[in-house]
Amino acid sequence: MADRDNPLPPKPSAQRLGREKLPPPVKDFRIDAFGAQPRTGGFRALVAALGLAMPSSIFADVPQAQPVLVFKLTADFREDPDPRKVNLGVGAYRTDDCQPWVLPVVRKVEHQIARNDALNHEYLPILGLPEFRSNASRIALGDDSPAIKEKRIGSVQSLGGTGALRVGAEFLRKWYNGTNNAATPVYVSSPTWENHNGVFGAAGFTDIRTYHYWDAAKRGLDLQGLLQDMENAPEFSIFVLHACAHNPTGTDPTPEQWEKIASVMKRRFLFPFFDSAYQGFASGDLDRDAWAVRYFVSEGFELFCAQSFSKNFGLYNERVGNLTVVGKDGDNVLRVLSQMEKIVRVLWSNPPAQGARIVATTLSSPEHFTMWKENVKTMADRILLMRAELRSRLEALGTPGTWNHITEQIGMFSFTGLTAKQVEYLINEKHIYLLPSGRINMCGLTTKNLDYVAASIYEAVTKIQ
Amino acid sequence: MPTLSVFLDVPLAPKTRGRLLDDFQKDENPNKVYLAYEVCMTGNEVPWLPPVVPKTLMKLAHDPSQSYEYLPEHGLEAFIHVATELLVGRHSPAIVENRVGGVHTIGGSGAIRLAAMFLKDWHRGPRVVYLQPSQKEQHGFIFQEMGFIIREYTFWDPYQLASDTGKLFDVVEHAPERSIVVLYNPGSFILPRKRWIKLAKVMKRKQIFLFFDVPDQGFISGDPDRDNKILRYFVSQGFEFFCSQCFSNSFGLYDERIGCLIAVALSNEALLHIRSQLDSYARYMWCSPPALGSRVITTILSNPALRVEWKKSLRGVVENIMLTREKVKEKLRLLGTPGSWEHITEQDGMHSFLGISVDQVDYLVTKKHIYIPKTGQFNLTCINNQNIDYIAQSINEAILAIDSPGSHLPR
Repeated sequence: MADRDNPLPPKPSAQRLGREKLPPPVKDFRIDAFGAQPRTGGFRALVAALGLAMPSSIFADVPQAQPVLVFKLTADFREDPDPRKVNLGVGAYRTDDCQPWVLPVVRKVEHQIARNDALNHEYLPILGLPEFRSNASRIALGDDSPAIKEKRIGSVQSLGGTGALRVGAEFLRKWYNGTNNAATPVYVSSPTWENHNGVFGAAGFTDIRTYHYWDAAKRGLDLQGLLQDMENAPEFSIFVLHACAHNPTGTDPTPEQWEKIASVMKRRFLFPFFDSAYQGFASGDLDRDAWAVRYFVSEGFELFCAQSFSKNFGLYNERVGNLTVVGKDGDNVLRVLSQMEKIVRVLWSNPPAQGARIVATTLSSPEHFTMWKENVKTMADRILLMRAELRSRLEALGTPGTWNHITEQIGMFSFTGLTAKQVEYLINEKHIYLLPSGRINMCGLTTKNLDYVAASIYEAVTKIQ
Repeated sequence: MPTLSVFLDVPLAPKTRGRLLDDFQKDENPNKVYLAYEVCMTGNEVPWLPPVVPKTLMKLAHDPSQSYEYLPEHGLEAFIHVATELLVGRHSPAIVENRVGGVHTIGGSGAIRLAAMFLKDWHRGPRVVYLQPSQKEQHGFIFQEMGFIIREYTFWDPYQLASDTGKLFDVVEHAPERSIVVLYNPGSFILPRKRWIKLAKVMKRKQIFLFFDVPDQGFISGDPDRDNKILRYFVSQGFEFFCSQCFSNSFGLYDERIGCLIAVALSNEALLHIRSQLDSYARYMWCSPPALGSRVITTILSNPALRVEWKKSLRGVVENIMLTREKVKEKLRLLGTPGSWEHITEQDGMHSFLGISVDQVDYLVTKKHIYIPKTGQFNLTCINNQNIDYIAQSINEAILAIDSPGSHLPR
């Protein structure tokens, strides 16, 4: 009987070689008719030995797809041997020692989960772990949310923020503004996280536009442009809004500015699709970071909110996300969710449990919840410190230009205002890696590299115009 | 501001699954039995979980070097590596020639989704997919979503009460050139060697694109390598194909969504191009896959001692299934139940056809509180020492109660 370590000798077919005497045919295929694979040879070797041309691949026409820019940046950084190198393109939190940080509450809860002998590992429901869904939406909308009280919210556990965006986008393309109306305009901010375009495009939308957002000249929000775009947008257009800590600019509308935005959107029947990836992580305060979403709910909007728990729980690779749906009434939400279930069924069928379990356990236990809020504040505070420190160093050096935007921006990212050429200088000459847009991740800064980074930016700004 | 909901016209989607389970859960009869669970059950009526899995989960939870950093789009490389080896065999020439590999996906479903999206964009052939009825809800819905026409074929012959893999000849002869054929659970296919050689030739001639689906490697024979002999034959014959691999059943970890889409190509270059396209689809759906399940499987498969322990558990489960088959057949024989029950032991895997008519199934459900789907396909692992007598007696009763010409035949 053949097994992995003692393969049968290869059995070439009579038609191929014709010379060897074949062993007698075996009737039942299950009993080792073909044995294990030979250690050498195989199909290609046989073809070569017979002097035949290799048949062409049926995949010959498939081109290489473009990789994502930020991955290349990380790869280049990794290969750079310079000891002074700094990675300001990384999309995850880092400690002051530039290490990933597993939140203490996560460690505690994952041990608890692992100790549970009776844990059932059957498939989760299609829409996800119920305790996770309700707690996740509650965190976004607030304990006293009128929408929750009136039972007109729904939740879909998703594969991270990306998955939540995708479920929402697929639903809107199928059932919003008509049936299968792929031409409904979708507006994303200029600039925005690149995946926004990709997700809505992949969901089938054919008309993805930008709305004014970043004013490079004044290094702030272009509210006039934004409101003008909303006035001009066709009714029922979808607007992707960043709930807080805008990626990549770090520039959020103030509450007063949000009120103006909401007013125009209401009048023009524009659909708000919030992307909330940094709740708690931006200001250190969960409620403050959710202000915009909650304001829209209080103004009677129907909206979607794609939530990610990657950053605020540090659970990047467990893909924990939630799509919160707010409707006019429970019946509408019920029907929406029934269609979303069908959508999920053909995307990933049902979601993974571990991350959702960790989040649900944390959010539903007062002790763990408190610990989590402290952990989140730790991360937010370190970022705020790095912002303050970088700005003060740049100003102390007399770096040309204004640098108050470093501390006025919020969240993980800052749009430094550096030009593409200055960025190139930083990467090539100073081994400081950041995106061509000038976006830096504050988490890449530490007390040890602040001086070097500030000095390098000063050099770049003064040498390259 | 009273306005109408923008969701006003959204219809309620009809519930397609779960009716049987709902009815079972509402049933108050003390003898009730549910024989349609998706998962592998143990004799204690809990889902099977090989002990090596919680052991590994505990170990990983206490690993101080573990962080939650994002995986690449295609997932955990080490996992793809062990998954590929498990599928095609460690010494496969395709591995040596670096022309087999894939993407770590959200379970088998995620793999099917990526494959369907790829085939929609890059398959040079008709948008036709052949699959078995049991695959309608998985492959079928996904391929339909991508705009493919679904055509069903089945091995199960309700008249002969037997599974005939030879039906593939009919499928392939009548399918348009370059159609896609889903080969679900190849470990359970039975054909004499000569016929496999012939079938492969026809498939090559008609340039049929094969899409293997391995839902529970190891559950057919108890040996993961034996289960994949047919797939490995196709590798050796120079076929290019996809295979969706699901690890849920084989490790009892359904809720962590562990899967792989493996591509076998003729060259490394083609493989890399395929992977890059699959990455781009994953990017806009889940960005990167969840890590935990893949880390558990990689740990187990890479550690010789753990691997042996896992294989032993798997063999034990499969032996129990075979034993259950024998017992059911024997009990029906002892009761003098009319008809032939050889098909109970001739089929393999976790699920099998009972081979009774729709009316007889209905009798079992409504009169005996034994819940099986209308197809008569049931999960062997749901039968245990506590309920086997009741089940055998009930089947006997159903056959005797609804005994008319052709009563064994489903409509």
